[in-house]
Amino acid sequence: MHLVYPAVLAALLFCVGLYGVLARRNAILVLMSVELMLNAVNLNLVAFDVWLRDTLHAGQALTLFVIAVAAAEIGIGLAIVLLVHRNRGTADIDRLRDLKETPDDRPERPEQDQQKAEAAA
Amino acid sequence: MTTTTTAVLVPLLPFLGAVAGLLTGRRAPGFVRPLAVLPAVAAAVLAVVVAWQQGGGKAVDAATRLTPTGSVPIDLALHLDGFAVLAAVLVGVVATCVQLYSTAYLRNDPRYPSYAALVSLFTSAMLLVVYSGDLMVLLVGWEVMGICSYFLVGHYWETKEARAASLKAFLVTKFGDVPFLIGIFALAADAGTFRINGILTAAANGGLAHPTLDALLLLAGVAGKSAQFPLHTWLPDAMAGPTPVSALIHAATMVAAGVYVVARLLPVFTASTAALVVLAVMAAVTMVGSALAALAQDDIKRVLAYSTIGQLGYMTGALAVGDRSAAVFHLLTHGAFKALLFLGAGVIIHAAGTNSLSAMARTGGLARRIPDAYWTMTVALLALAAIPPFSGFFSKEAVLGAAEHAARGEASGIPGAAGWTVLAAGLLTALLTAAYAGRLWLMAFRGTGPEAADHGREPVAINAVLWVLFVPALALGLAAWKLPDWFGGHALTPTLTTSVLGTGCALLGLVAVHAAWRRSRAVTAAVPMGAVAADPDAAPYVSETETIATHEQAYGSIAGAQDPGDPGRLLLGPLHRHAATGFHLDVVYSALFVRPTRAAARLAQFLDREVVETYVRGAASAPGLLGAAVRRAQTGNVQTYLGALFAGSVVLAVAAVLVATGA
Repeated sequence: MHLVYPAVLAALLFCVGLYGVLARRNAILVLMSVELMLNAVNLNLVAFDVWLRDTLHAGQALTLFVIAVAAAEIGIGLAIVLLVHRNRGTADIDRLRDLKETPDDRPERPEQDQQKAEAAA
Repeated sequence: MTTTTTAVLVPLLPFLGAVAGLLTGRRAPGFVRPLAVLPAVAAAVLAVVVAWQQGGGKAVDAATRLTPTGSVPIDLALHLDGFAVLAAVLVGVVATCVQLYSTAYLRNDPRYPSYAALVSLFTSAMLLVVYSGDLMVLLVGWEVMGICSYFLVGHYWETKEARAASLKAFLVTKFGDVPFLIGIFALAADAGTFRINGILTAAANGGLAHPTLDALLLLAGVAGKSAQFPLHTWLPDAMAGPTPVSALIHAATMVAAGVYVVARLLPVFTASTAALVVLAVMAAVTMVGSALAALAQDDIKRVLAYSTIGQLGYMTGALAVGDRSAAVFHLLTHGAFKALLFLGAGVIIHAAGTNSLSAMARTGGLARRIPDAYWTMTVALLALAAIPPFSGFFSKEAVLGAAEHAARGEASGIPGAAGWTVLAAGLLTALLTAAYAGRLWLMAFRGTGPEAADHGREPVAINAVLWVLFVPALALGLAAWKLPDWFGGHALTPTLTTSVLGTGCALLGLVAVHAAWRRSRAVTAAVPMGAVAADPDAAPYVSETETIATHEQAYGSIAGAQDPGDPGRLLLGPLHRHAATGFHLDVVYSALFVRPTRAAARLAQFLDREVVETYVRGAASAPGLLGAAVRRAQTGNVQTYLGALFAGSVVLAVAAVLVATGA
């Protein structure tokens, strides 16, 4: 089998995953898209491992690592999503904007600090 | 004990007393008075012992190398000649009197412990100046006196006048000390040593490269310390300090130091004719100007302050005609009667409740309230006016005699012009001195009006000190026959010409002021004025603080008063207005130095606030603005961040590929 088939498939998978991560609103679907991207990488790793005839099979070994890390990631990720949903009743990423920069909590300027200190003294 | 050991103890004891007083003053108040008085008494006794052992014979010299400096070494040197030992006796006796007097005058003062310690330190520094044989060590004592005077003049720092006066005293004397220091370096560079003996040897052998420059530089420091024109303006204002401090500064320490240093280094000055002429002119201007100003002052202590400036003018005049025996003789007698005058003035201020002569002239019976001060001060004022046979007469005759000697060209190396200048100014000042001494006495003790408040009898410590100082003020003039043995000079006894001229001038002054006083009595009685602070139960210093703080409000000026019944006003005529302000010298200095300094300070403030700080603020606000711009990207939407991240990595990847392919 020519290398181009798994490579193109992996690229397509990765693009689908990227689209999902950047465009989907539901947090669970975003996590699923991340999985797609990871698996696209796995496919690449295995394909190149075979094509390069690596005696140590570093590509396959690394794939196993990625699968393990992905399992851990999805476990923690789903737990977070679950808690967020319980707290807020939604898992919509667009609405989770608590870390947004708002104009009124900007750090104060030094003169104002000084005035406050004088007022305190 | 050898003479050297005793002499070392003389400045050391008051110094140790000062250290102990400063350390234990708060914790052990019971020891403060003994620690103040006993070291001064011991120093005075030891100074007498040193004087006895030295006996006016050969000078005792002892030295130990203090530090090698790489070029001119500094020695811890003693030089005990007739001048040094007698001046030390004066310092010791006056300091003892002042310390005793202060125990009563400043009783209940919460700051008495630090005050007494500073007076001890002051005494110790002056004794160091007197005994030192090395100019660098002398300078240490000289500067310690400067800082002590700052603290002591500012003792009543609650009043604005005292704060301003202490600062002025410090700045003006330091202004003279800078050229003084340079002058010492110049002398040491020429002579190769800081030892006074070495410098005098070099001066005698013509080893000084620039004697005029050296002498003029030294003269600046002396003018500052000894309050000579044009650096005398700090002294009248220093009257805002406690009276005993004024007595100490004026009689024995500080102002005497300048004259004493010139006396020690006289060969340096006589090596330059120009320096002597400058010294003579300075002395003449100081004498006449201060005597005129004294005639117009209203504050009794300011009259005495200007009289000190004038008497110091006599001493510098004697030095200008090359006669240090006469100068130091006048220094000794003046120290005695001026200390007495100041301490007596403290008693008067307490009893009258005011320092204003105009107010005293409208108070009756002051002389009966304080008989001790009345009699002792009468004698001291007669000595100040140089009426025979009191002490001031003999020393002033010695000065005038020396000036006449120089004027007739009989003194070798002294320009006749200097002699004539000093003689003419001295005679004119004799007249004026008698006039203001008489004015002070008539206004203070011969006032008419309501009786003074009864403050009870003054404490024994105060009256005893007055009578102790009364003896030298009365009889120290007899030393004129004995002192040549000590000073190794010519006779100091009065000569007929100058005696007749001087006494005639003095009597003329007294008669004139008496006539003026009789004429102005009716006006005095008709125009009531004066504010009196009566504190019968408080310590004397309380009245003094109040009267210093209120003089300007009550009489319109810190120096003079708008009193039409003042005999000085009648005598001076249109000159009175200018004399009362010290001939507007303060205004001139304010225009020349104070205002430019303030303007420069404002400029520096503007540059700092508006220019330098603008850069600092700009450096802070530019990143702030950039940060505000970047903060707009923080939308809180994770997917936006990731999108930007992805776009960025794509750009980087494309760039990397382009670079790798060399496109």
